[in-house]
Amino acid sequence: MKLDTKSILLAKAIRRASLEMVYNAKASHIGGALSMADILAVLYNDILHVYPSNPEHSDRDRFLLSKGHACSALYATLALKGFFPVEDLSSYARDGSILLSHTSHHIPGIEFSAGSLGHALPVSCGLALAAKRKNAKWRTFCLLSDGELDEGSNWEAILFAPQLKLDNLILIVDYNKIQSLGNVKDIIDLDPLNEKFKAFRWEVLEVDGHDHKLLKNTFLNANNLNDKPKVIIANTIKGKGVSFMENKLLWHYKSPSKEQLDSAIIELSKP
Amino acid sequence: MRTAFINQLTEDAKINEKIFLLVGDLGFSVVEPFAELFPERFLNVGIAEQNMAGIASGLAMEGFCVFIYSIANFPTLRCMEQTRYDICYHNLNVKIVAVGGGYAYGPLGPSHHATEEIGMLRTIPNLIVCAPGDPVETKAITAFCSRTDKPCYIRVGKAGEPYVHDRKTVLNFSLGNILEIRKNGEIAVFVMGAMLKYVTDFINQNEIESSIYSFPFIKPINKTQLLKLFKSYKKIITIEEHQASCGFGSAILELMNDLLEEGNLDSPPMIKRIAIHDKFYSVAGSQEYLRKLAKIELSENDFKF
Repeated sequence: MKLDTKSILLAKAIRRASLEMVYNAKASHIGGALSMADILAVLYNDILHVYPSNPEHSDRDRFLLSKGHACSALYATLALKGFFPVEDLSSYARDGSILLSHTSHHIPGIEFSAGSLGHALPVSCGLALAAKRKNAKWRTFCLLSDGELDEGSNWEAILFAPQLKLDNLILIVDYNKIQSLGNVKDIIDLDPLNEKFKAFRWEVLEVDGHDHKLLKNTFLNANNLNDKPKVIIANTIKGKGVSFMENKLLWHYKSPSKEQLDSAIIELSKP
Repeated sequence: MRTAFINQLTEDAKINEKIFLLVGDLGFSVVEPFAELFPERFLNVGIAEQNMAGIASGLAMEGFCVFIYSIANFPTLRCMEQTRYDICYHNLNVKIVAVGGGYAYGPLGPSHHATEEIGMLRTIPNLIVCAPGDPVETKAITAFCSRTDKPCYIRVGKAGEPYVHDRKTVLNFSLGNILEIRKNGEIAVFVMGAMLKYVTDFINQNEIESSIYSFPFIKPINKTQLLKLFKSYKKIITIEEHQASCGFGSAILELMNDLLEEGNLDSPPMIKRIAIHDKFYSVAGSQEYLRKLAKIELSENDFKF
């Protein structure tokens, strides 16, 4: 059995659970949840030091999801890793549920409520700075969407992190190239994104965001304390894993019909 | 007031090693004593208030008591959403300090006039909103905010505000305290923030029969204390260096209405609100000049029925 099989199975389970959640809740944002499923699977399976039975353990790595609208995939990941019962996922976005359709810090394992874009990276800088000041070894990981790099607050933080030598901060960009109303390149083109981060004095790593082996190696390579914050630009496909959802803007909004859900789950069940 | 703030914060930081001070590239000749004593707990984050509020939130999530400091609208309106969502929704130990409350930076123009921020901030859950009236109250509010782990906003003036309280007085606030400055007659002036000296001078110099109360807390206000005052006076004048809408006077009216509706108050006093009436002023002027222009001033007629 290959080493990355476990995370691949986890990614499939995350995708399946997310699809069921958005189907049941008639919710949006499945495309962005599917694009980051592999990143979450590798992070929670191989990289992050987290403690599902003690989510607030002081030595844990801090993971902040900035693209809070894609939270179905994070909720699924946390439940599958044992932070809370998998059955709770069925309450997603229902009346009275704490599983809001944007991340909520009231859920075990979630550090920070996102939803408004451009908030989590400045907060992550504060966390990384706190770790430096306390000589703590844990690291801060922050996952952003590409579209939210339009927000100026992110660039304030991108300027700040190298100044403070926050090499314990790992930013991941889920670069699926589609934002709310169209293609990133047609709205506010980010290219060349790697050159932008390099010019801002970040260590830049680029990876296929769906290749588990490469993702794992890239995270391990982002380990060194060389005074530079790290950014991993993960090239991804919006809707990845469900062929009729891939690279389609529609799935930023639409929730699948019963037939579409069934067909997606059959596709995900293939080896 | 800003000197009183930094001196008190420096004293508190000697005892409380969790106190952290962030500045948005402002505070020349104010923050240096703190920065020199606690270099590991001081940081100039640059001219980036949204980032400053986010960084403060991250530090507070890890147990620090974080003060963020800048001028007027910059640590408040500029990062209002970070204030609401990052700081207050997460209920974090962050204290927002704005110098230049009201028209304190008069000639610098409307960009530097903090005349709406109380209204915006006092609608945000979890946030304690403070506007001390003189350096003595500033010290006490700073000490109060260092002790509580709730998010707070502190509006201060600038440097060199005169004292109203005896300068040796040490006040010890509990949440929502109203301060009696002077008790006399059937009319009372309720004062928000740095208007306090003006009000006491006006009443003393004109030998007016009136009580004066300072409200260092705009939110919350001690309701029991307030009810007693509503019952004691026939007329109340509220005065604030802020827009009339959603300001301090509005808070007083809201609370009076609640007390009436709850059946705790039978005959409400008449309330006159002195505040800015929905206007920007785009002329240069000292604080005193702009207060007059905006008609934030008392007249002897206000004290007649």
